[in-house]
Amino acid sequence: MAVERRGAAIDIAGLRKEFVSGQGHVLALDNIDLRVAPGEFLCIVGPSGCGKSTLLRILAGLDHQTGGRVTVDASDWAVQNAMVFQDSGLFPWMNVETNVGFGLMTRGVSAAQIAERVEAALRLVGLTKFRRHYPHQLSGGMRQRGAIARAFVTDPAMLLMDEPFAALDAQNRVILQSELVRIWGETRKTVVYVTHSIEEALLLGDRCVVMTAQPGRVKEIIDVPFPHPRNLITLAADAGFGKLKLDIWRVLEEEVTRARAEMEQ
Amino acid sequence: MSGLSAKTRDRVLYLISPIGLLLFWQLLLMAGIGDRRFVPAPSDITVQFWTLIRNGELAVHTGVTLLRVFTGFVAGAVPAVAMGLLMAMFRPVRIFFDPLIAALFPIPKIALMPLLLLAFGFGDTSKIALVAIAVFFPVIVNTYTGAANIEKIYWDVAKNFGASQTVMFTRIVFFGALPMIFAGLRIALAVSFIVLVAAEFVATKSGLGYLIWNSWELLQVDIMFVGIVTIGVLGLITSALFQEIERKVIPWKAD
Repeated sequence: MAVERRGAAIDIAGLRKEFVSGQGHVLALDNIDLRVAPGEFLCIVGPSGCGKSTLLRILAGLDHQTGGRVTVDASDWAVQNAMVFQDSGLFPWMNVETNVGFGLMTRGVSAAQIAERVEAALRLVGLTKFRRHYPHQLSGGMRQRGAIARAFVTDPAMLLMDEPFAALDAQNRVILQSELVRIWGETRKTVVYVTHSIEEALLLGDRCVVMTAQPGRVKEIIDVPFPHPRNLITLAADAGFGKLKLDIWRVLEEEVTRARAEMEQ
Repeated sequence: MSGLSAKTRDRVLYLISPIGLLLFWQLLLMAGIGDRRFVPAPSDITVQFWTLIRNGELAVHTGVTLLRVFTGFVAGAVPAVAMGLLMAMFRPVRIFFDPLIAALFPIPKIALMPLLLLAFGFGDTSKIALVAIAVFFPVIVNTYTGAANIEKIYWDVAKNFGASQTVMFTRIVFFGALPMIFAGLRIALAVSFIVLVAAEFVATKSGLGYLIWNSWELLQVDIMFVGIVTIGVLGLITSALFQEIERKVIPWKAD
């Protein structure tokens, strides 16, 4: 594609998020500093409860930070961000076509334009034949394709993905991962991708942020050195892959153990 | 019955109890047990039914009752749905209306009839108003419950994808609550027949309730039964009609 514009640049500084619960305050995110370059594919891994989803929700505008600053530079883009949730979140009462066009309808795009762009998005994820189906008539993998199409169709400067393939079976996950990489390669949007799978992070990401358990902090940022295009087979053949995976796993394990010990105190 | 499919067998079984009851009733009276002046046989009722259909009397009363039910139903259900959705979307609206609903819902609506007669007189309006009030409460409560229980992810998605309040109202909250709204409408339909017939007993000169009450005063028990059966049939038809509409309007609930 000839498009030279790149996705959003994200600058997060001193980000802090507290939740007020019945017992008092819970610190979910503490002093997060993170810069994401335009067009970068950034993965975030961490033990469950490390606040990685909260970070994504703040970026999506669904939650507000308690302190710190988030700056997103997405000039030139009509839509700043679109999110893909773990559970597709396709509206059960709309068919695939209407679901995919939702983010265009809300923004006042003309019906003809919507039809055209939805058509292209459906082709992109291979759902053209299922446009009139309702979500309950689709498999989990197809629903997730729909959610991806719904996000891409709005042409967002950044794509926020919250464990989008975690609920899928292994085969579907592999297929959708490679399709995501393909689509991303064509559009070069900035992607922030939250996952609990180290393998997935190394397969998809340019960089991988490892977070600590509660409160969530940035423990390490790893540059993923493997050349694109990647797939699980080429990665498995790379000696560095196993080592890196193990290194990250040790960091995470240490975090999980620490968090558990603190909880039992 | 081994030659019949399970479905057919279910259907036959389904019909045995009502048909059996009618047969038993008929045979009992034919055997001279019971007084036919007070308890007419099914055959007597059928004859009377036919007479009332032919002279047009039944059609007039049925038409009047149906018109009152329909008008009152719409007049009660439409604002109930709108307000139920607003309650789910806006906390202040909910806090404002909650105590009113809690206080007014348990009042038997037929108890309001004298008040409505005072306000609207003996014409159709008082009956329609009664139906509307009776319909309003189950529908608003169901609508609110349905809208309040829409899964959080749908609010998140709508917000993230730039939905305005209007889009939220018309595309998310309304449709998300629709299955529960229909459950409420169905309850309301039954309730509206109940209160309307009761109202027609005393406060009018037309309608199926009037037909029943009037024939009781004239001791025309067979006509009374005709009225009762007609109401039953109307209930059956409207509820089946409702199910059809529901299937059309909520395609995502099917299969």
